[in-house]
Amino acid sequence: MSCTCQCNKQQENDIKKDASSWQSLQELLEQYRGKKGSLVAILQGVQAIYGYLPQQVMDYIASTMKIKPAKIYGVATFYTQFRLQPVGKYHILLCQGTACHVNGSERILTAICEELNIKPNETTSDRLFTLDCVACLGCCSLAPVMMINEQAYGPLTPDKALKIIRDLAASEQQACEGGK
Amino acid sequence: MKIRIGLGSCGIAAGALKVKESVEAEIQKRGLDIEVKDTGCIGMCHAEPLLDVIDDQERVFTYGYVTPEVVLKIFDEHITGQSPVEQYLLAAPEKDYCFMAGQKRVALRNCGVINPENLQDYIEHEGYQALKRVVTEMTPEEVISEIKESGLRGRGGAGFPTWFKWDAARKTPGDIKYIICNADEGDPGAFMDRSLLEGDPHSVLEGMAIAGYAVGAKEGFIYCRAEYPLAIKRAEMAIKQAEERGILGKNIFGSGFDFEISIKQGAGAFVCGEETALIASLEGERGMPRLKPPFPAQSGYWGKPTNINNVETYANVPWILANGGKAFSAMGTEKSPGTKVFALAGKIKRGGLVEVPMGLSLREVIFNIGGGIKGDKQFKAVQLGGPSGGCIPEELLDTPVDYDSINQTGAIMGSGGMVVMDETTCMVDVARFFLEFTQSESCGKCVQCRIGTKRMLEILERICNGEGQEGDTELLQEIALKVKEGSLCGLGQSAPNPVLTTIRYFRDEYEAHIKDKKCPAKQCKSLITFRIDPEKCRGCGTCASKCPAKCITGEKKKPHVINQELCLKCGSCFEACPSKYQAVTVE
Ligand SMILES: Cc1cc2nc3c(=O)[nH]c(=O)nc-3n(C[C@H](O)[C@H](O)[C@H](O)COP(=O)(O)O)c2cc1C
Ligand code: SF4
Ligand code: SF4
Ligand code: SF4
Ligand code: FES
Repeated sequence: MSCTCQCNKQQENDIKKDASSWQSLQELLEQYRGKKGSLVAILQGVQAIYGYLPQQVMDYIASTMKIKPAKIYGVATFYTQFRLQPVGKYHILLCQGTACHVNGSERILTAICEELNIKPNETTSDRLFTLDCVACLGCCSLAPVMMINEQAYGPLTPDKALKIIRDLAASEQQACEGGK
Repeated sequence: MKIRIGLGSCGIAAGALKVKESVEAEIQKRGLDIEVKDTGCIGMCHAEPLLDVIDDQERVFTYGYVTPEVVLKIFDEHITGQSPVEQYLLAAPEKDYCFMAGQKRVALRNCGVINPENLQDYIEHEGYQALKRVVTEMTPEEVISEIKESGLRGRGGAGFPTWFKWDAARKTPGDIKYIICNADEGDPGAFMDRSLLEGDPHSVLEGMAIAGYAVGAKEGFIYCRAEYPLAIKRAEMAIKQAEERGILGKNIFGSGFDFEISIKQGAGAFVCGEETALIASLEGERGMPRLKPPFPAQSGYWGKPTNINNVETYANVPWILANGGKAFSAMGTEKSPGTKVFALAGKIKRGGLVEVPMGLSLREVIFNIGGGIKGDKQFKAVQLGGPSGGCIPEELLDTPVDYDSINQTGAIMGSGGMVVMDETTCMVDVARFFLEFTQSESCGKCVQCRIGTKRMLEILERICNGEGQEGDTELLQEIALKVKEGSLCGLGQSAPNPVLTTIRYFRDEYEAHIKDKKCPAKQCKSLITFRIDPEKCRGCGTCASKCPAKCITGEKKKPHVINQELCLKCGSCFEACPSKYQAVTVE
């Protein structure tokens, strides 16, 4: 079945605008083309390139890899790792596992939400921070714990957590001013 | 002389990299000839960062809570001055650390001892000897009978005899078979598998290769959760090194046996720890469990016979083949032989990774090894088995840790998460916490699991919010039964366990919430109020500066007040108020 409206072409052109990502995407798809059962790995690859799963890229994969869009969307929404929205520069994973829960992780959550003025699963308007709650980062003896871009911090108190976040924000501010 | 630094995720989070930097700087500055060695988690996570000084007689001095300043002291007093820094010394040749007493290390034999990024180090600790013997001297049947002799049971939770699964996969006809290592570790409060993969990845690879030989598989996968970046990195490195040495790949040890291993990352779904869901996920699908039989041993990955075991199960295998099944079954109890690794966490003084012979009592693990409760509060319960398990109360603390005794309490052994709770933990809230987890992780295939857990969660939320009604506990028990009966996989079948055990052992707490609208542990926000006692308040302002809602006001040196409408009930003010005043009350 082919469609005549040229939407595919348009879509392809849109993604091509970002040339280096386009290049990586092509390499990724080549690696998995013809290999059955690679959808999860492909989507993980896409997320590594774009930081999330852009709608257009999912549609493009559907048409070029001959996978039903509904299937891609189904897999993308089943797993919590996949994001349909872009993440901020600093991705905060706040642990809400058992050990962290009994050690007061909820207070850390409250404090971070108040500080950044966002809810879990949201990104600050300056795109600096995204907050996600996860279940256990495997550092339970340091509970409560959070991980920011693969670096774990613990044991936290609301104050400590805020200091870490404020420091990151301040370093951004500086880098920004230095750039000017 | 050598210095060994623990660089597991926990160590790094506690600042071990800074410690390493300063150690290296000191060595350089002082022009010393000391080897610095990285290692994985030794298990004393509560005392991270950890540093071992190993002298020329191979005597080990373990330091805890090390900071760059402590490093200086260690160099000045111990390394140059030859007298250990007692203040930070945890263990030394004549000083046993109570945390290690009573432990027996089989699966964790190399964790915290070898450098996980160095294959040679593993080999020097008898690594790959068992694999070599297996592929060159033993038949697959002999391997399986050795495992049978050991009595090894699956460490992933259910405790199924490992030899039986291997034998079934072996006997299913087929040229292509697979080995899978389950490193999804979904229990939110457990980190055994992470530490093993980070601290001793080769022992897991070796166990998988032995299983491959026994079953007749040439290919293996490690399915690891993406939240463990360091474990993935170290396992990848280990695979690469083993391949380069010819220990994995084609014609292993000249035996004609081929075996390859690759890593697949999970994508964040608890249910994918269930074996059939894991296989669906490996095949690129939504990870939904399916009906068994057929079991994976009959029809698994791409319909081929597949053996799937947990990380710790595989880590035990090389030890068993090196030391004999008998030596393994001599440890532990008759029905649960060997040792078990537990991740001790929660309100415990000395949390971390412990490995004990089965049959030790919970009390011994929590109080002797773990040192009891943080802040010397009152012990309330210990949670075993995560979302599938239950809370075991004080009066059952003498229960031995083995599969069958733990099952009798209504909890399960699970994969080894052991979360300790004290008087300040609300048991209704704990039940709500786990139900919230299972409800959101239910894959939605079965009506009872999908909707039943939702209804149970609603009831628990209502109780925590002070809107509980007469008959709620009975209703919970009734739905729990239906959810257990009508669920396809272990997630649904065991989801009610945390609720049922807390009702069984802590019914009084449910009653207090429902009838008196009180939370005895003072945790449920709707049922507590923070107040400042004007008699005691000195107006120091500490609480106001800590309050995230900025809802505490008052003039300096005058009593402060909390605006109850804005209060988030976070408890920061309660903790902030200096102990000499204790002006904030909670009720
Ligand atoms: C909901 C659910 C989650 C599970 N999660 C895990 C897990 O994270 N790790 C694991 O090894 N086994 C897990 N299991 C058990 C596996 O299905 C399987 O029994 C186990 O991997 C077999 O290995 P073993 O025999 O070595 O224990 C889970 C089971 C269920 C029902
Ligand atoms: S019991 Fe729950 S998680 Fe398991 S298959 Fe059914 S709906 Fe899915
Ligand atoms: S409980 Fe939290 S929000 Fe409420 S007054 Fe105290 S510090 Fe402020
Ligand atoms: S910290 Fe305590 S003493 Fe100080 S203002 Fe607050 S309530 Fe009063
Ligand atoms: S529960 Fe938070 S790190 Fe494990």
